[in-house]
Amino acid sequence: MGVGRIVRSSQSPWARGLRTLIRNRMAMAGAAVILIWVIVAIAAPWIAPYDALAQKVEDRLSPPSPRHLFGTDELGRDVFSRVVYGARISLPVGLVVILFSMLMGALVGALAGYFGGAFDLLVMRVADITLAFPSIVLALAIASVLGPSLKNAVIAMILVWWPEYARLMRGQVLSVKHEDYVMAAQSVGVPQRRILARHIIPNTSAPIVIKASLDAGSAILNIAALSFIGLGAVPPTPEWGAMISLGRFKFYQWWLTTFPGLAVLSVVLGFNFLGDGLRDAFDPRLRSA
Amino acid sequence: MPENEILLEVKNLKMWFPITQGIIFQRHIGDIKAVDGISFYIRRGETLGLVGESGCGKSTTGRAILQLYRPTAGDVYFEGKNLCKLKGEELRRMRRKMQMIFQDPYASLNPRMTVGDIIGEPLEVHNIMKGKELRERVMELLEIVGLNRYFINRYPHEFSGGQRQRIGVARALAVQPDFIVCDEPISALDVSIQAQIINLLEELQAKFHLTYLFIAHDLSVVRHISDRVAVMYLGKIVELTTRDKLYSDARHPYTQALLSAVPIPDPVVEEKRKRIILVGDVPSPANPPKGCHFHTRCALKIEGTCDVVEPEFKDIGGEHWVACHRVA
Repeated sequence: MGVGRIVRSSQSPWARGLRTLIRNRMAMAGAAVILIWVIVAIAAPWIAPYDALAQKVEDRLSPPSPRHLFGTDELGRDVFSRVVYGARISLPVGLVVILFSMLMGALVGALAGYFGGAFDLLVMRVADITLAFPSIVLALAIASVLGPSLKNAVIAMILVWWPEYARLMRGQVLSVKHEDYVMAAQSVGVPQRRILARHIIPNTSAPIVIKASLDAGSAILNIAALSFIGLGAVPPTPEWGAMISLGRFKFYQWWLTTFPGLAVLSVVLGFNFLGDGLRDAFDPRLRSA
Repeated sequence: MPENEILLEVKNLKMWFPITQGIIFQRHIGDIKAVDGISFYIRRGETLGLVGESGCGKSTTGRAILQLYRPTAGDVYFEGKNLCKLKGEELRRMRRKMQMIFQDPYASLNPRMTVGDIIGEPLEVHNIMKGKELRERVMELLEIVGLNRYFINRYPHEFSGGQRQRIGVARALAVQPDFIVCDEPISALDVSIQAQIINLLEELQAKFHLTYLFIAHDLSVVRHISDRVAVMYLGKIVELTTRDKLYSDARHPYTQALLSAVPIPDPVVEEKRKRIILVGDVPSPANPPKGCHFHTRCALKIEGTCDVVEPEFKDIGGEHWVACHRVA
């Protein structure tokens, strides 16, 4: 056995999972869709033929045509441009919701699981109460108390979403906490903070990351839903949910709802496919040894 | 074994795990008496074997000594310091001197860390060395335990059970401890690998002047590696003596029964071997029998004595401790 071979052949569990993920066609298709939307969001000013807010009253409610690919709305704004600019709102907003719910939930859950005691009891009861409500209903209530704005919708979503992550993280920490390698670290004299950071959290993160990727689609969908009801983005912001809301009574102007709807659909599907792929690749319980 | 310094002394160690009931207000309804008042000492450079059947409290003893569980009562003196009284940072610093080798080499290595990180971590957290020097030391340790020094960047899943156990040994050796608790270090390994690990442990002991508490349920292995042997039954030590005495002159009925179960690698002698078959199961450590813990299964039980009075664990002469009413 040559020395070179020994040094090279090493692979971290992450690297192994990544290889499985890349071989998964559905996951890669999902990733491609997300990637396209990310590019669209970044390059929106160059892709969109018109300003998303520019009104042209003489062209109002015109059907899709070469001039207006997705038609125009009741104020004569170009729907295609608005869908393109909408990616600049929905994607970051969805990611912010998930990122903050995940960080907050994971931190609280990890501390509750590791240290237990009164903190655990308190946090988990709060989580139980929050989870007892259907999340969209509670988010609705919080958003309406805070007042309609995109920022408040995001805050409402985070407040109803973190307990799911806290629950998951707590369970993970509880199961990893009693592994021999944690006791080994203790017996070696590793300080508690480092045990949590280097031995427990890395071994709990896979399900959290998988859940986050599966939830990203739902977060975008829920923000669109809040905006649709009028508790999220306020006009004239080109937000997909708000756009669908504008077109909801105009049955003959189908393009008003269809194109933003398809945008939401494709992003949500993309995240779901990627999330499923991540789960298959990284969740040790589904992977055969 | 020349008389020399006592490295570790355990006095009346008790480790009870509470049984609770209720979700919010947890009522204390009893205890699992995993270790129920044991005393012994280990001299520097010696190997003390600790044997007993599953669930008798062997592993708990090892963990309680290292303060991985905080003992319910009793004292553990290590180099004269009472470990049970140490807390936080002071205890953490003491951990340099005592290490542990675990039973299951698949569970005892963090799957997300490289071999280099696993073995190097003790050196890092005790601020002994870092960077290039640390890496060099880890490579040296890999060679000491009989592995290739270039395995340093690999992950645990790339190794066999025996190799993983060697990694566990290297981790324990990293900080140059005086005392190592070997918690059934070979019982999860293939028989062909067991001998290798035993030989490695013996070599290392000679080389680094280590002291072992060797926990096992395999009497032949214990006989091979130990200087003295303690036999545990249901949370108590029933007999403790030198290896040769234990295997030739066991006094406690439980020890005799255990020894009678060991096959002898000589067909002539083996034919004459008489097994003492114990009847019944080990009673629950949550509710151990009164008097002698062993009286429910003992063939030599004295009615009115063994089931009432707890036998004293006493020296019957020449480093031979027994806890039995039959042994005067």
